Amino acid sequence: MERKTNAIVINPSDSVAVATEKLTAGDTAYYVVNGEIQEIKIVTEVPIYHKFARKDINKGEEVYKYGQSIGKAIRDIHVGEHVHTQNLVSIREGIQH
Amino acid sequence: MNFFGYRRPDGTVGIRNHVLILPCSACASTTADMVSRQVQGTVALVNQNGCAQVESDLAITMDVLAGLAANPNVYGTVLIGLGCENAQASMMEKLIRSKTNKPLYTLVIQEEGGTVATIKKATEYARQMVEEASAMQREEFPLSELILGTNCGGSDPTSGLASNPVVGNLSDRLVDNGSTSILCETTEFIGAEHILAKQAETPEIAQQIYDIIQRYEDHLSNVGENLRNGNPSPGNKAGGITTLEEKSLGCIHKGGHRPIVEVFDYAQRPSKKGLVIMDTPGYDIASVTGIAAGGAQVMVFTTGRGTPTGNPIMPVIKLTANKGTYDKMKDNIDVDVSAVLRGEKTVEEMGGELLQEVINVANGKVTKAEAFGFGDIAISRVCNYV
Repeated sequence: MERKTNAIVINPSDSVAVATEKLTAGDTAYYVVNGEIQEIKIVTEVPIYHKFARKDINKGEEVYKYGQSIGKAIRDIHVGEHVHTQNLVSIREGIQH
Repeated sequence: MNFFGYRRPDGTVGIRNHVLILPCSACASTTADMVSRQVQGTVALVNQNGCAQVESDLAITMDVLAGLAANPNVYGTVLIGLGCENAQASMMEKLIRSKTNKPLYTLVIQEEGGTVATIKKATEYARQMVEEASAMQREEFPLSELILGTNCGGSDPTSGLASNPVVGNLSDRLVDNGSTSILCETTEFIGAEHILAKQAETPEIAQQIYDIIQRYEDHLSNVGENLRNGNPSPGNKAGGITTLEEKSLGCIHKGGHRPIVEVFDYAQRPSKKGLVIMDTPGYDIASVTGIAAGGAQVMVFTTGRGTPTGNPIMPVIKLTANKGTYDKMKDNIDVDVSAVLRGEKTVEEMGGELLQEVINVANGKVTKAEAFGFGDIAISRVCNYV
Protein backbone atom coordinates (compact mmCIF):
# COMPACT_ATOMS: atom_id res chain seq x y z
CA MET A 1 0.00 0.00 0.00
CA GLU A 2 1.49 3.34 -1.00
CA ARG A 3 -0.10 5.82 1.35
CA LYS A 4 0.50 5.34 5.05
CA THR A 5 -2.71 4.99 7.03
CA ASN A 6 -3.29 6.68 10.36
CA ALA A 7 -6.56 5.02 11.33
CA ILE A 8 -8.26 1.64 11.19
CA VAL A 9 -11.81 0.50 10.47
CA ILE A 10 -12.44 -2.91 12.00
CA ASN A 11 -15.64 -3.78 10.13
CA PRO A 12 -16.86 -2.14 6.89
CA SER A 13 -20.25 -1.46 8.52
CA ASP A 14 -18.69 0.50 11.40
CA SER A 15 -19.73 4.14 11.80
CA VAL A 16 -16.49 4.89 13.64
CA ALA A 17 -12.81 4.47 12.83
CA VAL A 18 -9.96 4.32 15.34
CA ALA A 19 -6.93 6.60 15.16
CA THR A 20 -3.63 4.69 15.16
CA GLU A 21 -1.78 7.95 15.82
CA LYS A 22 -2.82 11.23 17.41
CA LEU A 23 -4.93 13.35 15.03
CA THR A 24 -5.85 17.02 15.28
CA ALA A 25 -8.47 19.25 13.65
CA GLY A 26 -7.61 19.79 9.99
CA ASP A 27 -5.71 16.51 9.64
CA THR A 28 -6.82 14.01 7.02
CA ALA A 29 -7.50 10.49 8.33
CA TYR A 30 -6.63 7.62 5.96
CA TYR A 31 -7.94 4.11 6.53
CA VAL A 32 -8.63 0.97 4.54
CA VAL A 33 -12.17 -0.29 3.91
CA ASN A 34 -12.70 -3.34 1.69
CA GLY A 35 -9.15 -3.07 0.38
CA GLU A 36 -9.42 0.59 -0.60
CA ILE A 37 -8.06 3.64 1.12
CA GLN A 38 -10.69 6.14 2.22
CA GLU A 39 -10.08 9.56 3.68
CA ILE A 40 -11.99 12.08 5.77
CA LYS A 41 -11.21 15.43 7.38
CA ILE A 42 -10.76 15.36 11.15
CA VAL A 43 -12.61 18.24 12.88
CA THR A 44 -11.58 17.79 16.54
CA GLU A 45 -8.61 16.40 18.40
CA VAL A 46 -8.57 12.56 18.43
CA PRO A 47 -6.04 10.87 20.77
CA ILE A 48 -4.26 7.68 19.66
CA TYR A 49 -6.54 4.59 19.76
CA HIS A 50 -9.63 6.81 20.21
CA LYS A 51 -12.61 6.77 17.85
CA PHE A 52 -13.89 9.31 15.34
CA ALA A 53 -17.06 9.34 13.23
CA ARG A 54 -16.82 8.13 9.62
CA LYS A 55 -20.20 9.73 8.87
CA ASP A 56 -22.73 12.03 10.51
CA ILE A 57 -24.46 10.22 13.38
CA ASN A 58 -27.77 11.61 14.66
CA LYS A 59 -28.61 11.94 18.35
CA GLY A 60 -30.24 8.68 19.49
CA GLU A 61 -28.66 6.63 16.70
CA GLU A 62 -26.61 3.54 17.56
CA VAL A 63 -22.85 3.70 16.99
CA TYR A 64 -21.14 0.71 15.34
CA LYS A 65 -17.67 -0.73 15.92
CA TYR A 66 -16.61 -4.39 15.39
CA GLY A 67 -19.74 -4.52 13.19
CA GLN A 68 -21.81 -4.26 16.40
CA SER A 69 -23.58 -1.58 18.40
CA ILE A 70 -21.31 -0.17 21.11
CA GLY A 71 -23.93 2.30 22.40
CA LYS A 72 -26.06 5.27 21.46
CA ALA A 73 -25.21 8.86 20.46
CA ILE A 74 -26.44 11.36 23.06
CA ARG A 75 -25.96 14.31 20.71
CA ASP A 76 -25.46 14.79 16.98
CA ILE A 77 -21.97 13.69 15.98
CA HIS A 78 -20.37 15.13 12.84
CA VAL A 79 -18.11 13.27 10.45
CA GLY A 80 -14.51 13.56 11.63
CA GLU A 81 -15.48 14.26 15.26
CA HIS A 82 -14.00 12.48 18.29
CA VAL A 83 -16.48 9.88 19.58
CA HIS A 84 -16.14 9.20 23.31
CA THR A 85 -17.90 9.67 26.66
CA GLN A 86 -19.08 13.21 25.74
CA ASN A 87 -21.33 11.95 22.93
CA LEU A 88 -21.68 8.15 23.31
CA VAL A 89 -23.27 6.10 26.12
CA SER A 90 -23.79 2.40 26.76
CA ILE A 91 -27.14 0.78 25.96
CA ARG A 92 -27.02 -2.04 28.45
CA GLU A 93 -29.64 -4.58 27.65
CA GLY A 94 -28.53 -6.27 30.85
CA ILE A 95 -28.93 -9.86 31.81
CA GLN A 96 -32.25 -11.54 31.07
CA HIS A 97 -33.56 -13.68 33.89
CA MET B 1 -6.16 -28.44 4.63
CA ASN B 2 -4.19 -30.99 6.63
CA PHE B 3 -1.64 -31.27 9.44
CA PHE B 4 0.63 -34.04 10.71
CA GLY B 5 -0.20 -35.43 14.15
CA TYR B 6 -0.14 -38.49 16.36
CA ARG B 7 -3.07 -40.90 16.32
CA ARG B 8 -4.24 -41.87 19.82
CA PRO B 9 -5.99 -45.13 20.74
CA ASP B 10 -9.03 -43.14 21.96
CA GLY B 11 -9.54 -41.68 18.47
CA THR B 12 -8.12 -38.21 19.13
CA VAL B 13 -5.11 -36.69 17.34
CA GLY B 14 -2.21 -35.06 19.19
CA ILE B 15 0.29 -32.52 17.86
CA ARG B 16 2.81 -33.25 20.62
CA ASN B 17 3.85 -36.59 22.10
CA HIS B 18 4.45 -35.86 25.77
CA VAL B 19 4.66 -38.33 28.61
CA LEU B 20 2.94 -36.60 31.53
CA ILE B 21 4.11 -37.04 35.13
CA LEU B 22 0.94 -36.01 36.95
CA PRO B 23 0.79 -35.28 40.71
CA CYS B 24 -2.59 -35.85 42.39
CA SER B 25 -1.90 -33.12 44.95
CA ALA B 26 0.59 -30.47 45.99
CA CYS B 27 2.19 -33.13 48.22
CA ALA B 28 3.21 -35.18 45.16
CA SER B 29 4.26 -32.24 42.96
CA THR B 30 7.97 -32.11 43.84
CA THR B 31 8.26 -35.88 43.43
CA ALA B 32 6.63 -35.62 40.00
CA ASP B 33 9.09 -32.88 39.06
CA MET B 34 12.05 -35.02 40.20
CA VAL B 35 10.84 -37.92 38.05
CA SER B 36 10.43 -35.64 35.05
CA ARG B 37 14.01 -34.39 35.44
CA GLN B 38 15.26 -37.98 35.09
CA VAL B 39 13.63 -38.66 31.72
CA GLN B 40 13.83 -36.51 28.58
CA GLY B 41 10.50 -36.38 26.78
CA THR B 42 8.40 -36.11 29.93
CA VAL B 43 6.63 -33.07 31.34
CA ALA B 44 5.51 -32.53 34.93
CA LEU B 45 3.33 -29.80 36.36
CA VAL B 46 2.92 -28.07 39.68
CA ASN B 47 -0.46 -28.93 41.21
CA GLN B 48 -1.30 -26.54 44.04
CA ASN B 49 -4.60 -28.32 44.78
CA GLY B 50 -5.92 -31.86 45.30
CA CYS B 51 -6.42 -31.70 49.05
CA ALA B 52 -8.20 -29.60 51.70
CA GLN B 53 -10.81 -28.57 49.16
CA VAL B 54 -14.61 -28.47 49.39
CA GLU B 55 -16.39 -31.01 47.21
CA SER B 56 -17.10 -28.68 44.27
CA ASP B 57 -13.50 -27.46 44.23
CA LEU B 58 -12.14 -30.98 44.44
CA ALA B 59 -14.31 -31.94 41.46
CA ILE B 60 -12.84 -29.05 39.44
CA THR B 61 -9.28 -30.03 40.36
CA MET B 62 -9.84 -33.68 39.45
CA ASP B 63 -11.53 -32.75 36.16
CA VAL B 64 -8.56 -30.56 35.24
CA LEU B 65 -5.95 -33.19 36.12
CA ALA B 66 -7.79 -35.99 34.32
CA GLY B 67 -8.46 -33.68 31.36
CA LEU B 68 -4.77 -32.90 31.04
CA ALA B 69 -3.96 -36.63 31.05
CA ALA B 70 -6.61 -37.16 28.35
CA ASN B 71 -5.40 -34.22 26.21
CA PRO B 72 -4.44 -35.61 22.77
CA ASN B 73 -0.93 -34.12 23.07
CA VAL B 74 -0.19 -36.63 25.85
CA TYR B 75 1.01 -40.11 24.84
CA GLY B 76 0.56 -41.53 28.33
CA THR B 77 0.63 -40.59 32.01
CA VAL B 78 2.49 -41.62 35.15
CA LEU B 79 0.13 -40.61 37.97
CA ILE B 80 1.68 -40.00 41.38
CA GLY B 81 -0.38 -39.61 44.56
CA LEU B 82 0.77 -39.10 48.14
CA GLY B 83 -1.82 -41.50 49.56
CA CYS B 84 -3.95 -39.54 52.02
CA GLU B 85 -5.06 -36.62 49.83
CA ASN B 86 -8.68 -35.94 48.79
CA ALA B 87 -7.85 -36.50 45.13
CA GLN B 88 -7.09 -40.19 45.74
CA ALA B 89 -4.88 -41.78 43.09
CA SER B 90 -7.40 -44.62 42.66
CA MET B 91 -10.22 -42.10 42.01
CA MET B 92 -8.00 -40.12 39.66
CA GLU B 93 -7.05 -43.29 37.80
CA LYS B 94 -10.73 -44.19 37.38
CA LEU B 95 -11.57 -40.67 36.15
CA ILE B 96 -8.70 -40.69 33.63
CA ARG B 97 -9.74 -44.13 32.37
CA SER B 98 -13.31 -42.87 31.90
CA LYS B 99 -11.93 -40.24 29.48
CA THR B 100 -9.20 -42.17 27.64
CA ASN B 101 -7.64 -45.61 27.14
CA LYS B 102 -4.11 -44.23 26.70
CA PRO B 103 -1.20 -45.75 28.69
CA LEU B 104 -1.43 -45.00 32.42
CA TYR B 105 0.62 -46.08 35.46
CA THR B 106 -0.24 -45.13 39.01
CA LEU B 107 2.05 -44.86 42.05
CA VAL B 108 1.30 -43.87 45.64
CA ILE B 109 4.21 -42.45 47.64
CA GLN B 110 3.00 -43.74 51.04
CA GLU B 111 2.57 -47.25 49.60
CA GLU B 112 5.80 -47.36 47.58
CA GLY B 113 7.80 -46.44 50.67
CA GLY B 114 8.85 -42.83 50.23
CA THR B 115 10.54 -40.58 47.74
CA VAL B 116 13.41 -42.73 46.50
CA ALA B 117 11.32 -45.87 45.94
CA THR B 118 8.60 -43.85 44.15
CA ILE B 119 11.05 -42.01 41.94
CA LYS B 120 12.84 -45.25 41.03
CA LYS B 121 9.67 -47.00 39.87
CA ALA B 122 8.13 -43.91 38.25
CA THR B 123 11.35 -43.25 36.35
CA GLU B 124 11.32 -46.79 34.96
CA TYR B 125 7.69 -46.40 33.84
CA ALA B 126 8.39 -42.99 32.34
CA ARG B 127 11.47 -44.17 30.43
CA GLN B 128 9.54 -47.09 28.99
CA MET B 129 6.67 -44.82 27.95
CA VAL B 130 9.01 -42.30 26.31
CA GLU B 131 10.60 -45.14 24.34
CA GLU B 132 7.18 -46.29 23.09
CA ALA B 133 6.11 -42.72 22.34
CA SER B 134 9.30 -42.01 20.38
CA ALA B 135 8.58 -44.93 18.04
CA MET B 136 5.37 -43.26 16.82
CA GLN B 137 5.25 -41.57 13.42
CA ARG B 138 3.20 -38.50 12.56
CA GLU B 139 0.34 -39.09 10.14
CA GLU B 140 -1.66 -36.67 8.00
CA PHE B 141 -5.04 -35.53 9.34
CA PRO B 142 -7.63 -32.96 8.25
CA LEU B 143 -7.87 -29.67 10.17
CA SER B 144 -11.24 -30.83 11.47
CA GLU B 145 -9.32 -32.89 14.06
CA LEU B 146 -7.97 -29.71 15.64
CA ILE B 147 -9.42 -27.99 18.70
CA LEU B 148 -8.15 -24.42 18.99
CA GLY B 149 -8.21 -22.51 22.27
CA THR B 150 -8.21 -18.70 22.28
CA ASN B 151 -7.28 -16.47 25.19
CA CYS B 152 -5.99 -12.99 25.96
CA GLY B 153 -3.80 -11.65 28.74
CA GLY B 154 -1.94 -8.44 29.48
CA SER B 155 -4.26 -6.65 27.06
CA ASP B 156 -3.84 -3.06 25.84
CA PRO B 157 -5.77 -0.98 23.24
CA THR B 158 -4.09 -2.87 20.38
CA SER B 159 -5.59 -6.18 21.58
CA GLY B 160 -9.19 -5.25 20.79
CA LEU B 161 -8.25 -3.28 17.66
CA ALA B 162 -6.13 -5.81 15.81
CA SER B 163 -4.95 -8.91 17.72
CA ASN B 164 -8.38 -10.19 18.71
CA PRO B 165 -10.00 -9.50 15.29
CA VAL B 166 -7.11 -11.42 13.63
CA VAL B 167 -7.73 -14.35 15.99
CA GLY B 168 -11.45 -14.08 15.18
CA ASN B 169 -10.60 -14.44 11.49
CA LEU B 170 -8.43 -17.49 12.31
CA SER B 171 -11.33 -18.94 14.30
CA ASP B 172 -13.70 -18.47 11.32
CA ARG B 173 -11.20 -20.13 8.98
CA LEU B 174 -10.78 -23.12 11.29
CA VAL B 175 -14.53 -23.50 11.85
CA ASP B 176 -15.04 -23.36 8.07
CA ASN B 177 -12.57 -26.28 7.85
CA GLY B 178 -14.60 -28.30 10.33
CA SER B 179 -12.46 -27.57 13.42
CA THR B 180 -13.55 -26.52 16.89
CA SER B 181 -12.66 -23.10 18.27
CA ILE B 182 -13.08 -22.41 22.00
CA LEU B 183 -13.97 -18.90 23.16
CA CYS B 184 -13.56 -18.38 26.90
CA GLU B 185 -13.12 -15.86 29.75
CA THR B 186 -16.72 -15.50 30.90
CA THR B 187 -16.02 -12.46 33.07
CA GLU B 188 -14.99 -10.58 29.95
CA PHE B 189 -18.29 -11.25 28.16
CA ILE B 190 -20.09 -8.94 30.59
CA GLY B 191 -21.49 -5.99 28.65
CA ALA B 192 -21.51 -7.87 25.35
CA GLU B 193 -23.58 -10.86 26.46
CA HIS B 194 -26.57 -9.71 24.38
CA ILE B 195 -24.33 -9.63 21.30
CA LEU B 196 -22.85 -13.07 22.03
CA ALA B 197 -26.36 -14.36 22.68
CA LYS B 198 -27.42 -13.20 19.18
CA GLN B 199 -24.56 -15.33 17.80
CA ALA B 200 -25.93 -18.45 19.52
CA GLU B 201 -27.27 -21.14 17.20
CA THR B 202 -30.41 -21.73 19.31
CA PRO B 203 -32.37 -19.82 22.01
CA GLU B 204 -31.28 -22.49 24.52
CA ILE B 205 -27.60 -21.78 23.84
CA ALA B 206 -28.29 -18.03 24.10
CA GLN B 207 -29.83 -18.61 27.53
CA GLN B 208 -26.81 -20.69 28.60
CA ILE B 209 -24.57 -17.72 27.75
CA TYR B 210 -26.67 -15.49 30.04
CA ASP B 211 -26.65 -18.23 32.68
CA ILE B 212 -22.87 -18.63 32.95
CA ILE B 213 -22.50 -14.86 33.33
CA GLN B 214 -25.29 -14.77 35.92
CA ARG B 215 -23.57 -17.58 37.84
CA TYR B 216 -20.37 -15.55 37.96
CA GLU B 217 -22.15 -12.39 39.04
CA ASP B 218 -24.10 -14.25 41.74
CA HIS B 219 -20.88 -15.79 43.01
CA LEU B 220 -19.21 -12.39 43.21
CA SER B 221 -22.22 -10.71 44.85
CA ASN B 222 -22.12 -13.42 47.55
CA VAL B 223 -18.77 -12.04 48.62
CA GLY B 224 -19.86 -8.42 48.12
CA GLU B 225 -18.08 -7.86 44.82
CA ASN B 226 -19.25 -6.53 41.45
CA LEU B 227 -17.59 -6.58 38.04
CA ARG B 228 -19.74 -3.85 36.44
CA ASN B 229 -18.96 -0.93 38.75
CA GLY B 230 -16.20 1.26 37.41
CA ASN B 231 -15.98 -0.75 34.20
CA PRO B 232 -14.61 0.35 31.73
CA SER B 233 -11.88 1.54 34.09
CA PRO B 234 -10.43 5.07 33.94
CA GLY B 235 -7.39 3.51 32.26
CA ASN B 236 -9.62 1.86 29.63
CA LYS B 237 -11.32 5.21 28.96
CA ALA B 238 -8.03 7.06 28.66
CA GLY B 239 -7.04 4.35 26.18
CA GLY B 240 -10.10 5.09 24.03
CA ILE B 241 -12.71 2.61 25.30
CA THR B 242 -16.04 4.40 25.89
CA THR B 243 -18.61 1.71 26.83
CA LEU B 244 -18.64 -1.70 28.51
CA GLU B 245 -20.07 -3.35 25.39
CA GLU B 246 -17.18 -1.91 23.37
CA LYS B 247 -14.61 -3.27 25.85
CA SER B 248 -16.17 -6.73 25.92
CA LEU B 249 -16.60 -6.77 22.12
CA GLY B 250 -12.85 -6.31 21.84
CA CYS B 251 -12.44 -9.48 23.87
CA ILE B 252 -15.18 -11.65 22.35
CA HIS B 253 -14.00 -10.79 18.83
CA LYS B 254 -11.48 -13.63 19.28
CA GLY B 255 -14.32 -16.05 18.66
CA GLY B 256 -15.04 -14.75 15.17
CA HIS B 257 -18.44 -14.67 13.52
CA ARG B 258 -19.68 -18.25 13.24
CA PRO B 259 -22.71 -19.48 15.24
CA ILE B 260 -22.02 -20.55 18.84
CA VAL B 261 -23.03 -24.21 18.91
CA GLU B 262 -22.27 -25.21 22.52
CA VAL B 263 -21.67 -23.76 26.01
CA PHE B 264 -19.97 -26.00 28.57
CA ASP B 265 -18.26 -26.01 31.96
CA TYR B 266 -14.64 -25.34 32.82
CA ALA B 267 -12.20 -28.13 31.84
CA GLN B 268 -14.87 -30.17 30.03
CA ARG B 269 -14.43 -31.40 26.47
CA PRO B 270 -16.52 -29.86 23.67
CA SER B 271 -18.88 -32.37 22.06
CA LYS B 272 -19.45 -30.34 18.90
CA LYS B 273 -17.41 -28.95 16.02
CA GLY B 274 -17.64 -25.23 15.40
CA LEU B 275 -17.45 -22.19 17.66
CA VAL B 276 -18.03 -23.16 21.30
CA ILE B 277 -17.79 -21.41 24.68
CA MET B 278 -16.04 -22.80 27.75
CA ASP B 279 -16.96 -21.11 31.05
CA THR B 280 -13.57 -19.97 32.35
CA PRO B 281 -12.39 -17.15 34.63
CA GLY B 282 -10.70 -14.03 33.25
CA TYR B 283 -7.47 -15.11 35.00
CA ASP B 284 -5.50 -16.10 31.92
CA ILE B 285 -3.44 -18.94 33.39
CA ALA B 286 -6.49 -20.64 34.92
CA SER B 287 -8.38 -20.19 31.67
CA VAL B 288 -5.55 -21.65 29.55
CA THR B 289 -5.25 -24.61 31.96
CA GLY B 290 -9.00 -25.31 31.67
CA ILE B 291 -8.81 -25.20 27.88
CA ALA B 292 -5.89 -27.65 27.80
CA ALA B 293 -7.90 -29.91 30.12
CA GLY B 294 -10.79 -29.61 27.66
CA GLY B 295 -8.67 -31.27 24.99
CA ALA B 296 -7.48 -28.33 22.87
CA GLN B 297 -4.24 -29.27 21.12
CA VAL B 298 -3.16 -25.68 20.38
CA MET B 299 -3.88 -22.17 21.61
CA VAL B 300 -3.47 -18.66 20.24
CA PHE B 301 -3.00 -16.07 22.96
CA THR B 302 -3.22 -12.33 22.35
CA THR B 303 -1.28 -9.86 24.45
CA GLY B 304 -0.60 -6.14 24.42
CA ARG B 305 1.78 -5.72 27.33
CA GLY B 306 3.55 -9.04 26.62
CA THR B 307 3.78 -12.27 28.62
CA PRO B 308 6.12 -15.28 28.60
CA THR B 309 3.37 -17.78 29.53
CA GLY B 310 3.07 -21.30 28.16
CA ASN B 311 1.33 -24.55 29.05
CA PRO B 312 3.15 -27.85 29.73
CA ILE B 313 1.22 -29.92 27.17
CA MET B 314 -0.54 -27.49 24.78
CA PRO B 315 1.58 -25.17 22.60
CA VAL B 316 0.59 -21.53 23.19
CA ILE B 317 1.18 -19.26 20.17
CA LYS B 318 1.40 -15.70 21.46
CA LEU B 319 0.73 -12.69 19.28
CA THR B 320 0.63 -8.95 19.68
CA ALA B 321 -0.31 -5.92 17.57
CA ASN B 322 1.86 -3.69 19.73
CA LYS B 323 5.08 -3.27 17.74
CA GLY B 324 6.95 -1.86 20.75
CA THR B 325 6.03 -4.90 22.86
CA TYR B 326 7.02 -7.31 20.08
CA ASP B 327 10.39 -5.61 19.61
CA LYS B 328 11.05 -5.64 23.37
CA MET B 329 9.85 -9.22 23.97
CA LYS B 330 10.73 -11.03 20.72
CA ASP B 331 11.96 -14.04 22.66
CA ASN B 332 8.51 -14.45 24.24
CA ILE B 333 6.08 -13.49 21.46
CA ASP B 334 5.64 -15.61 18.35
CA VAL B 335 3.67 -13.44 15.93
CA ASP B 336 3.66 -9.69 15.24
CA VAL B 337 0.32 -8.54 13.76
CA SER B 338 1.00 -4.80 14.06
CA ALA B 339 0.92 -4.52 10.24
CA VAL B 340 -2.88 -4.47 10.60
CA LEU B 341 -2.74 -1.28 12.68
CA ARG B 342 -0.42 0.35 10.16
CA GLY B 343 -2.81 -0.52 7.33
CA GLU B 344 -0.16 -2.64 5.62
CA LYS B 345 -2.17 -5.84 5.94
CA THR B 346 -5.84 -6.57 6.38
CA VAL B 347 -7.29 -8.63 9.22
CA GLU B 348 -8.12 -11.29 6.59
CA GLU B 349 -4.53 -11.44 5.27
CA MET B 350 -3.12 -11.66 8.79
CA GLY B 351 -5.73 -14.30 9.72
CA GLY B 352 -4.53 -16.40 6.77
CA GLU B 353 -0.91 -16.06 7.90
CA LEU B 354 -1.89 -16.98 11.45
CA LEU B 355 -3.64 -20.12 10.19
CA GLN B 356 -0.40 -21.14 8.47
CA GLU B 357 1.49 -20.56 11.73
CA VAL B 358 -1.05 -22.72 13.62
CA ILE B 359 -0.50 -25.49 11.04
CA ASN B 360 3.29 -25.09 11.33
CA VAL B 361 3.08 -25.43 15.13
CA ALA B 362 0.70 -28.38 14.78
CA ASN B 363 3.28 -30.02 12.49
CA GLY B 364 5.96 -29.63 15.15
CA LYS B 365 7.33 -26.07 15.02
CA VAL B 366 8.34 -25.19 18.57
CA THR B 367 6.71 -22.08 20.08
CA LYS B 368 8.81 -19.61 22.05
CA ALA B 369 7.20 -20.69 25.33
CA GLU B 370 7.93 -24.35 24.49
CA ALA B 371 11.58 -23.60 23.71
CA PHE B 372 12.01 -22.14 27.20
CA GLY B 373 9.94 -24.90 28.80
CA PHE B 374 7.21 -22.65 30.21
CA GLY B 375 4.59 -24.76 31.95
CA ASP B 376 2.30 -22.43 33.89
CA ILE B 377 -0.65 -24.08 35.60
CA ALA B 378 -3.49 -22.54 37.62
CA ILE B 379 -6.69 -24.41 38.49
CA SER B 380 -9.91 -22.42 38.88
CA ARG B 381 -11.62 -22.62 42.26
CA VAL B 382 -14.84 -21.79 44.02
CA CYS B 383 -13.63 -20.92 47.52
CA ASN B 384 -10.77 -20.89 49.98
CA TYR B 385 -8.97 -24.05 51.15
CA VAL B 386 -10.50 -25.86 54.12
